[in-house]
Amino acid sequence: MLRLQKLIKTYKTGDQALKAIDLEVPAGQVLALIGPSGAGKSTMIRCINRLVEPTSGSILLDGTDLAKLGATQLRKARRSMGMIFQEYALVERLTVMENVLSGRLGYVGFWRSFLRRYPQSDVDEAFRLLDRVGLLHMADKRADELSGGQRQRVGICRALIQNPKLLLVDEPTASLDPKTSRQIMRLITELCQERGLAAIINIHDVALAQMFVPRIVGLRFGEIVFDGPPTALTADKLTEIYGEEDWEATITPDDTDEDIEAAE
Amino acid sequence: MSHRELDDMLGTAWRKPHFVANPMLRWGLVAGFVAYLIAAFMTIEVDWGRVYEGLDRGAQFVLAFTSPDFVSRAGDIWEGLLESIVMTVAASVVGILISIPIGLGAARNIAPMPIYLICRGIVAISRALQEIIVAILLVAIFGFGPLAGFLTLSFATIGFLSKLLAEDIESMDRVQAEAIKASGARWSQWINYGVQPQVMPRLVGLSMYRIDINFRESAILGLVGAGGIGATLNTAFDRYEYDTAAAILILIIVIVMALEYLSGIIRARVQ
Repeated sequence: MLRLQKLIKTYKTGDQALKAIDLEVPAGQVLALIGPSGAGKSTMIRCINRLVEPTSGSILLDGTDLAKLGATQLRKARRSMGMIFQEYALVERLTVMENVLSGRLGYVGFWRSFLRRYPQSDVDEAFRLLDRVGLLHMADKRADELSGGQRQRVGICRALIQNPKLLLVDEPTASLDPKTSRQIMRLITELCQERGLAAIINIHDVALAQMFVPRIVGLRFGEIVFDGPPTALTADKLTEIYGEEDWEATITPDDTDEDIEAAE
Repeated sequence: MSHRELDDMLGTAWRKPHFVANPMLRWGLVAGFVAYLIAAFMTIEVDWGRVYEGLDRGAQFVLAFTSPDFVSRAGDIWEGLLESIVMTVAASVVGILISIPIGLGAARNIAPMPIYLICRGIVAISRALQEIIVAILLVAIFGFGPLAGFLTLSFATIGFLSKLLAEDIESMDRVQAEAIKASGARWSQWINYGVQPQVMPRLVGLSMYRIDINFRESAILGLVGAGGIGATLNTAFDRYEYDTAAAILILIIVIVMALEYLSGIIRARVQ
């Protein structure tokens, strides 16, 4: 469904963030993108919906090359790609409901959105999504009144109300505590399964990725150096992705993890 | 090796490094500044005899505040105040409405280069020309009266508000705006959802502040013939009616303070 071909991004400073990336993501597949800071994970995700302009290469989404689209077509194409951010990126002074409904901006005209008169079907869907993530009672709270985990749930609703085919998820758990991180990862993977969504999840936490995601892609210096199931991610592979370190503790599933989950 | 280094350092004093490292240069700069200050004060000539005579007039002026005369020129004062208020409100509304698009255009992170340059140019012109100079020019064109004052204040508001609004937009949180863009929003929706909520409190606060400034300026502009309470004040001075002038000044102070209080309340509510 999504295919990246020879995707290259060179920044003005001359840094090559992405060196000819080739990647295929079938419909409905959730994959985790791991790699050290500066490996190009964030750049790659942002190149797909062109928040960052790729230097060359193509981004095929259901056969359409996103890299070649003009402004209006790009805007339409962005509707089918929901994005979830590290620092939640909710508009802090807007209410939860406004934040969720802002996911529909690509579908409604300016005046409707300006006057906050969204079609009833959009409003109903927003209520349904908020209920699904357990935040229906918060609908009219301002986004800056929520806790980190709650904000990320609102971020998820905003991405899903776009009715996307693909989720681009940038470090969804980096600002959250371990327990909330797991809940958020579980929520994202569950929702992807329910709706048959594909997702690319940038993530720092290797153990978390292994726990929830069937396919892991490792990025180093803008190149893919690993692509396989979580079980194939050995200490040697991690050394190749991140560099020398004692990896045994990271990849052996810890018993205490199971306890925490059982307790939830 | 590193332990040797640590041993050498233990027990030695630590001071914050000086901003200017070279001590000669540092003390030279301080000495130069003091010398300049002394030289500058020596150039001020004070004619103490003139001051002594002037004290009398000053005392009369201050004493007038103890017996301000609101009554004998009540009609003129009322008319002037009303004119000033109308001028202030009209100029503020028009100025703010024009400032918003110019402010958007003058923010480097959302405007393309040519528009940015044009808007920054407008801001620079508006800020470079002092209100009094603009007022004198506009009085020459449009004649005496509040129209010149209204235009002057609108013009000055644009420079002030556009610049500060643009700076607020430039320092906004980029990711919040990015998230709105990622949903496929059009430009106008992006501004409305991604940018406006972030800058609104500051825009409201600055607008209130500008209304306050415009009212005070309207009192000054009268002195060069641009209408408003300033014209009434000028007439009172010309007639040596210090008690009427005192009444006018008291009214201006009260109104400015009331505006200050009001803007405090409004700013607290829009946070």
